[in-house]
Amino acid sequence: MMDNFLVRAALAGLGVAVAVGPLGCFVVWRRMAFFGDATAHAAILGVALALATEVPIYIGVILTALAMATTLVALTDRGHGADTLLGVMSHAALAVGLVAMAMFTTTRVDLSAYLFGDILAVQRSDVAIIWVGGLAVTACVAWRWSRLLTTTLNPDLAHAAGISPKREELALTLSLALIVAISIKVVGALLIAAMLIIPAAAARPLTTRPEVMALAATLIAALSVLGGLYVSLLTDAPAGPSIICVSAVIFVAASTVGAVRRTR
Amino acid sequence: MSSRLIEARGLTLKNGRATALRDVDLTVDRGEIVTIVGPNGSGKSTLLRGLIGALSPASGKITRAPGLRIGYVPQKLHLDQSMPMPVRRFLTLPLSKPAAAVEAALKAAGAESYGDRQMSALSGGQLQRVLLARAILDAPDLLILDEATQGLDQAGSAAFYNQIEDVRNTLDCGVLMVSHELHVVMAASDKVICLNGHVCCQGAPAQVASAPEYRALFGTGTGGALALYQHDHDHHHDHDHDHHHHDDAAPADAGAAR
Repeated sequence: MMDNFLVRAALAGLGVAVAVGPLGCFVVWRRMAFFGDATAHAAILGVALALATEVPIYIGVILTALAMATTLVALTDRGHGADTLLGVMSHAALAVGLVAMAMFTTTRVDLSAYLFGDILAVQRSDVAIIWVGGLAVTACVAWRWSRLLTTTLNPDLAHAAGISPKREELALTLSLALIVAISIKVVGALLIAAMLIIPAAAARPLTTRPEVMALAATLIAALSVLGGLYVSLLTDAPAGPSIICVSAVIFVAASTVGAVRRTR
Repeated sequence: MSSRLIEARGLTLKNGRATALRDVDLTVDRGEIVTIVGPNGSGKSTLLRGLIGALSPASGKITRAPGLRIGYVPQKLHLDQSMPMPVRRFLTLPLSKPAAAVEAALKAAGAESYGDRQMSALSGGQLQRVLLARAILDAPDLLILDEATQGLDQAGSAAFYNQIEDVRNTLDCGVLMVSHELHVVMAASDKVICLNGHVCCQGAPAQVASAPEYRALFGTGTGGALALYQHDHDHHHDHDHDHHHHDDAAPADAGAAR
């Protein structure tokens, strides 16, 4: 079964979907969209460094994503203007990554595979890594769920309940870096943030409880993956962008349903 | 000393690099209502954040009674529309609680009618009651409130303070709160701490109101309000006593309090 490239692609996409649902909700609730974007953009630099030093791509990506995310947390804590700072870091990381890619790699590397993903080319080993990483993120978020929710609502309430907001933020940062690493071959560095935000945003108007929203976001992400692969197969369009297109359509539909419900 | 809940000695707290508070001594005992007053930027919220452990002391020491349970009502809760959160779910964060306890807390805080609503759909007063319900759900030893009546009108805040006194009487907990409403403070507190970067003066309301440091900060205008409530305060520890006449008198002294 795993010999079929389509089956491998679907499994890889679903592995990502399992992880982006719950974590994507926190990205939306904590207004970390730009933060996620900057962290994902750092992945290109990670790919370049990994290719130059001949370490596995996943290792390079997870290390640079982690370095970027912790740097951002440290800088925004010190009161730098978060919006501008994230904008600078996000685009600088992407540009540095692209330059590094051109400098470090001698053979022609398919850059677009890392920018937009190449889900139809994933191997068995990729599928395994994606599922291990995806389940690890989901398990981490599920384990700390209530603490993460309390911290997100109000850090002082968390303190009063004996929760350390710093530790919860660290858990989110680590999870985000892991998601970036497992998503790079599926949707690519440019669209990872979209994969986090759009399914969660689409789930919001349909739900009234945080747990249900996380579950709905996971289902919408899975639906987007399968739908996107189908569209890609039908039209020969690149698979990564097709997945994001399907999730955007679901977002519009869900928002419309939500708006209609509110007016009634 | 067995009834001592929390004690701060020589507490100095910094907000970033700036020293917000220096050398604060403070105690709260079981059954006691302690109120912190002070002008804007005097370090009132910083002090509370230090006591709940959100800020580590730059120097000095905080001693808590062993196993002390703190119920905390923050100054404001920024609720993002992006998170769906029904009131009942909010009350069971971070730990799930028996349904009966949740209902009892909602009732005690006067919030029983909106347990199913979304947090983001509540008015300011309703939100404060829900925050109070969450704070008392664990039967705390110490209830800490940071300007809990912000955004409430006079009648609403008088009712809210009555609720807090009821909670104190039922749970027999200590209460430490920050308030702007001097007339209510003077009526309902056992001890007042006047803060302005350090403790200007502290003691029984009558004592503080006549202290020159307090008058320098707030003027003598509250003298009249105090006279109005002196009688109430003498009867403060008589729990059979009906406290509800506080809110009847509240509008009359509104001018005097300013």
